[in-house]
Amino acid sequence: MAVRDVTAPGRHIIELDRVSRTFATPGGRITAVDQVSLALAEGEAMCLVGESGCGKTTTGRLFAGLLRPTGGRLLFEGSDVWEKKGKDLAVFRRAVQLVHQDPYASLNPVRTIYDTLSAPLFRHRKASGRAGATAAIVELLQRVGLTPPMDFLPKYPHQLSGGQRQRVAIARALSVDPRVIVADEAVSMVDVSIRITLLDLLLALRDDLGVTIVLITHDLAVARYFARSGRIGVMYLGRVVELAPTEALVSDPAHPYAAALIGAIPEADPTVTRTKERVGLRGAEIPSLLAVPPGCSFNPRCPLAERGLCDVLVPELLPIPGTREVACHVAVRERTRTAVGV
Amino acid sequence: MSVLLSVRDLAIEYGSRRGPVQAVRGVSFDLEQGETVAVIGESGSGKTTLAIGLIRLNPRSARVTRGEILFADERGTENVLDMDAETLRRFRWQRAAMVFQSALNSFNPVIDVWAQFLDTARAHGMDDARAVKRRARELLDLVHLDPDRVLRAYPHQLSGGMKQRALIALSLLLGPRLLILDEPTTALDILTQRQVIDLLRDLRRQLGFSMIFISHDLSLAAELADRVLTMYAGRIVEEARVADLFYRPRHPYSVGLLRAVPRVSGELGALASIPGSPPDLVSPPSGCAYHPRCPFAIDRCRIEDPPLGPVDSPGHAAACLRWQAVAEAVGTREPAKAL
Repeated sequence: MAVRDVTAPGRHIIELDRVSRTFATPGGRITAVDQVSLALAEGEAMCLVGESGCGKTTTGRLFAGLLRPTGGRLLFEGSDVWEKKGKDLAVFRRAVQLVHQDPYASLNPVRTIYDTLSAPLFRHRKASGRAGATAAIVELLQRVGLTPPMDFLPKYPHQLSGGQRQRVAIARALSVDPRVIVADEAVSMVDVSIRITLLDLLLALRDDLGVTIVLITHDLAVARYFARSGRIGVMYLGRVVELAPTEALVSDPAHPYAAALIGAIPEADPTVTRTKERVGLRGAEIPSLLAVPPGCSFNPRCPLAERGLCDVLVPELLPIPGTREVACHVAVRERTRTAVGV
Repeated sequence: MSVLLSVRDLAIEYGSRRGPVQAVRGVSFDLEQGETVAVIGESGSGKTTLAIGLIRLNPRSARVTRGEILFADERGTENVLDMDAETLRRFRWQRAAMVFQSALNSFNPVIDVWAQFLDTARAHGMDDARAVKRRARELLDLVHLDPDRVLRAYPHQLSGGMKQRALIALSLLLGPRLLILDEPTTALDILTQRQVIDLLRDLRRQLGFSMIFISHDLSLAAELADRVLTMYAGRIVEEARVADLFYRPRHPYSVGLLRAVPRVSGELGALASIPGSPPDLVSPPSGCAYHPRCPFAIDRCRIEDPPLGPVDSPGHAAACLRWQAVAEAVGTREPAKAL
């Protein structure tokens, strides 16, 4: 049984407690998320990274309460969300908002920005009448840097750039005063040249409004920038394999998969990228979720794998020195040994 | 070294209801035998139009308004723009091949990989199926795929990375001297991306072809390129050896792109997005097209549009009146410290 996430600093606002989610597929049942325990401290900006199929998007949807766990609990301020009803559930629904990867798909193309942003205000009775809604929307648009706001109200999504559309999507999430934002690949579809401003916008929401944010991304460089004062969780085949303070993770990854990812990333610096230390893997292809290897699911590709251990026993996510956790028999053994000086 | 491709004053427009979109506005550059050049820029900079324009694959709405594309291999020198349909058909694949961004859609989904190799070979007069098979197997070996498995597979049975590698093998089937790649690793996961990058580097060493690749991803240029061309609003605004571009950029737009990219190793540095967005190419701004977004712009930049001119290191050129001011601000050190 996995332990509770002990690396989140301070009071936990939302928490996955040994959450699993399985799906039926034509090839059989798959476990997209497998016993994930992850807590977010109030006001934290953390990142969840991993390659396609690692379960990071499913984890985001579980956090947002859009998918029901098939095992474990989603806790919001300590109480089980899926036990909530009526008014309590409505409070949770407003408090946790998801921002999607693709603002083309998540904004209704036949609605103006005014329509898109006024709907949640009316629904949640945060504004009444056109004047009240307009005032609230102007404030939201200013907050997300779409100025002058009045220019944007009558526009349709296709009249905006990708970055502007993503700002509208963020404004919509903000319209209901959320306490947690789950941003799934929120900057992946926009041009490299403007990603930093969008990340800065999200961080400003954290700083100014105290919103807790989990950014889900495949891009470790984006994760490092966004979570520079927080933590990064690395996922592999439905599990969190390492959870660590950002700088510790990128400069000294404990899990061999995290080390392989960091070594493989091309960097925008010719000397650095051509001389980087690489971790050689024994296989490049990620196994199918339909045939997850026994023991540690990373063992067939892992350069550190030990026969009779890693191919037999599933490693727990365990604490190691440095307020971090890693799910690797070898890394836990090595790092705790060094720490006690054996 | 001899020049394989020489592009001179190339201009390409698209028709639109609002008037011609000037996607490529007078581009000139040379590519040497065995050399790898990266073209970087935001979406809308004209880089894809340029790349597909080199082998005249632009959609019908595109029109080349001026310039020439001289291709010089062992079969002689020809202007690609003057080739008739049959010559052009043979030119593509045999002398210059293109690998598109979405390998996922580049294969015909209803025939197996072997049939795709055979079709391509036959279309170019290679009728000996046994010889084709031998060559296909060699190439798949080179891209680290199992020929027995892959040749019999349908595209949907291969992972994204395998498809991208199979496509690279296919593009090399007729021994082209030039490979044009459009965002070759964009859709791939990190470890697969690494495999494709290492593979391209090895293949180039073994087979000696030249490469032009288009990418919004500066790290790919840092990995693979000998030289980098920065494109903005349909023009090349900077041309430099890879180290010069990354450590001694002289055009404010290149500086802006470099500052916009976070890193995983080394210092995080001060990062900033480029304000504003690329201009409308139906009516580009007066003077230097970058001036509305440029922190270095002075009054003259609104009037004058400077050509690419030499700057402070050999073989390095920038189209900027203010390159000396940029040099002073950026210096000649490593970018992590300088920027």
